[in-house]
Amino acid sequence: VAENLYAARDAAEMIEVDYEPLPAVVDMEKALGGAPYVYDEFKSNQAFTHTLKNGDIDAAFKKAARVIKQRMVNQRLAPIAMEPRAVLAEHLPGEKRLTVWSSTQIPHLLKTQVSLMLGLPENAVRVIAPEVGGGFGSKLNVYGEEGIVPWLAMKLGRPVKWSETRRENFMATIHGRDTINDLELALKKDGTILGLRGRILQDCGAYHQLLTPLIPQLTALMHAGCYKIPAIQIDVVGVFTNKMSTDAYRGAGRPEATYNVERMMDLAAHELGMDAAQFRLKNFPQSKEFPYTTITGLTYDSAKYQESLKKALNLSGYQNLRKRQKNGWKNGKYYGVGVSTYVEICAIGPSAATPAGGWESGTVRIEPTGKVTVLTGASPHGQGEETTFAQLIADELGIDPDDVNVVHGDTLAVPYGIGTFGSRATAVGGTAAYMATQKLKAKMATLAAHLLGCKPADITIGRGRLTAKGKKSISFGELVLAAYTARNIPPGFEPGLEATHFFEPSNFTFPFGAHIASVEVDAETGEVKIEKYVAVDDCGNVINPMLVDGQIQGGIAQGMAQAMWEELVYNEDGQLVTGTLMDYAIPKAHFLPDFTLARTVTPSPVNPMGVKGVGEAGTIASTPCMVNAVCDALAPLGVRHIEMPLKPERVWRAIRDAQAQKSPEAGKKRGAASAPPPATKSARRAASGRTR
Amino acid sequence: MIPATFEYESPRTLGEALILLASREDAKILAGGHSLLPAMKLRLAQPGLLIDLGSIGGLDHIRESGGAISIGAMTTHVAIAGSDLLHRTSPLLALAAAQIGDTQVRNRGTIGGSLAQSHPAADYPAAVLALDAEIVLVSRTGERIVPATRFFTGMFANELRPDEILTEIRVPKTAGEGVSYKKHHHPASGFAVVGVAVRVKVSGGKIENAAVGITGVADIAYRASAVEGALRGKPLSAIADAASYAANAVEPLGDTYASAEYRQHLAAVLTRRALEEAVGKKRS
Repeated sequence: VAENLYAARDAAEMIEVDYEPLPAVVDMEKALGGAPYVYDEFKSNQAFTHTLKNGDIDAAFKKAARVIKQRMVNQRLAPIAMEPRAVLAEHLPGEKRLTVWSSTQIPHLLKTQVSLMLGLPENAVRVIAPEVGGGFGSKLNVYGEEGIVPWLAMKLGRPVKWSETRRENFMATIHGRDTINDLELALKKDGTILGLRGRILQDCGAYHQLLTPLIPQLTALMHAGCYKIPAIQIDVVGVFTNKMSTDAYRGAGRPEATYNVERMMDLAAHELGMDAAQFRLKNFPQSKEFPYTTITGLTYDSAKYQESLKKALNLSGYQNLRKRQKNGWKNGKYYGVGVSTYVEICAIGPSAATPAGGWESGTVRIEPTGKVTVLTGASPHGQGEETTFAQLIADELGIDPDDVNVVHGDTLAVPYGIGTFGSRATAVGGTAAYMATQKLKAKMATLAAHLLGCKPADITIGRGRLTAKGKKSISFGELVLAAYTARNIPPGFEPGLEATHFFEPSNFTFPFGAHIASVEVDAETGEVKIEKYVAVDDCGNVINPMLVDGQIQGGIAQGMAQAMWEELVYNEDGQLVTGTLMDYAIPKAHFLPDFTLARTVTPSPVNPMGVKGVGEAGTIASTPCMVNAVCDALAPLGVRHIEMPLKPERVWRAIRDAQAQKSPEAGKKRGAASAPPPATKSARRAASGRTR
Repeated sequence: MIPATFEYESPRTLGEALILLASREDAKILAGGHSLLPAMKLRLAQPGLLIDLGSIGGLDHIRESGGAISIGAMTTHVAIAGSDLLHRTSPLLALAAAQIGDTQVRNRGTIGGSLAQSHPAADYPAAVLALDAEIVLVSRTGERIVPATRFFTGMFANELRPDEILTEIRVPKTAGEGVSYKKHHHPASGFAVVGVAVRVKVSGGKIENAAVGITGVADIAYRASAVEGALRGKPLSAIADAASYAANAVEPLGDTYASAEYRQHLAAVLTRRALEEAVGKKRS
């Protein structure tokens, strides 16, 4: 701890640490094979196992006409919020107050944790999550610094601030994904799915964080995708390694599941010689079958999968893309069309299914001058609920959204809440505020009826007035003032206009959609050009179309980034080697094409607004969509699967290996030569696309 | 991301800068700051004195001088990329500059800073090598002109002596010749995984002369003389085979992003494509 950052860094420079390197275990499969152990006392690196099984899976595979098998790696990613983590704490013992400002997604849960960690009564701790610069799940944990910094502030009697550097952020803020998946899909001859079986290895890193073991279990749960699958078995094995912990990262379980399912669907379609879109249409449940209970035990609330995919096919000019692809193959041009559908699980969630309460709080206060303050227990950090909730409440009260101010993130101002993650803020937090508003509307109707001499049921609210059935009305402002001056109120009427609701959802919501990508692969260099990207998403009713589009856009970019560029790499000693933004490639704007966005609207029956959630959708569909597109482009060269990220070298090698397999002699020759063949010759070979 | 303590001087003349530079062993020249400042923030570089060339006038010109084009060391990448004079008379350097890093880097970074840094994956080295450019180094005792082909001596190493400042780059006019710069960008850093700069003179359907500068492949940018030799006096059809020698004489680097084998492959492909573009032949 120092007076300023310069002094602190200079002091840290003077510390010389002598490290004695211990054997490290970095590779999950080696970790399962034996020592070294991350925890010697366990005599194993297996952290946990979990099996999800339903239907007669053995019978499904016994009677299958075709079985598709594939191993797929879902690489480790860094969430890379624009703002790294930061904590500031000030202790004022005379006021019995410790205030902690933290870049967090969960200020209320943090308040409880800080109080427990430091032994302070919870009513003496105030946590403020200011305008947080992004989280993507990485700020959904309580980190050590959130305990140490306030402890130092108490110890020193001075405010203490800490902020993470980008390198520290890469190393010590939770990572996402990192699974190895072995999957098998059983099919009838006509392409009907009979069963899905798989094993998922989840790299947990060295320590379980808040949701570390839960993410792969959610992954298992989402393996029905948007398909009718009669039998399933997914075995999950959690593995300890000497790496940073994995935890919730945008999508958290759904991208992993969707990648597995949608890659398998594409592989199945290719092997059966069916069109990727037709194969999917054949295996979707029909919209009249909803609510639809999946083989994994989830009840999907509402969906129109066929409509969604057909809309995406039309928007992308799918038939033309296929025509161009066939012509291209004849001329050594490799165009690919990627199709991916998805269903996700949002509005997390019923409390019975969540570790720390799945409800949310909302308070609506109409101030004496008629301005409205909304206090939400959700903790938006870039999603824009300040706008969404203002619109939502203004509509209910018949006033201008400019007159609504949404307050979040300050535990002293806002009733206890859960936070923002799992695409829950609007569907759960928004509903809480909506329900609080209904309480207020009932109260306002009671007072208006008293003042206008009618029954509360006769009152309508809108356009800044409360109107009785006849002509009599009172302005919104006058009524509000009357509630506060309280000189003329009905008996038993509580003065003031403020209501709080704690909303407990009855089910999750299940947004869905269909994405289509068009790419061209340079078979000579392995470089991929993304030409077109069409996304049709259904998040139920839409409150603010621009914010919904923004979430989809950012999500697609982030999901594409996993498919194409991002990858955390550790060396054998457990050192992170892609730990700066000069090594770890997050997309720049010019990497991405213009996205064509469209919607279908299937309201959710789970909440009164019919909303579902949209924060993670783009991330979920775009990753398999891109890999499907690139593998599709290279199908005539014999390429079946390429691991992510689709770095040009990987694509180039996949082409070369597939070609070598097709013509063993050429492969042998190439293997024998110390240098690769002249570019021109390999290019000609690649471009010829000869098949035997 | 906090540098160690350092002093800072912003001299008004080159003479003052040279005196300052000679005064201390731990002095460093600051140009656009795009290599030095990140290194300082990571404390990989800890100079005691920074001598900022930003206030010295007359180091950011692009002008005709004799038969060549003279470019001041403090000229930014964006100025080079957008120079009408260069595009008219010697476009190769401008083509390379346009592909450096990103907009922010091009707005601040300078050609002198980049060449003095001699990063093995920087873009300019390929271009100045292919152009047989001259690099002007000034010290208190005088000026010397080093040909680009002798300037680079290793990874982050060059002919620049501790008391010298790189002030100017001179490139020949390339009227009547075809030029091209082909690059595979590292998706994170924007550096050249492989960058190939070529300059080709064709007459009577034959390649009279070709110069090929390659960056990113090895620990030092180099002239691919085997390619050049295989093209001299040959018809355009010789390009395809000649290009395959692009990385024959060097030991290609491998890293997390691209293996040595892939770099070697890319060098051959990009060399062929650059040559084809330079001679005006469309890719088949």
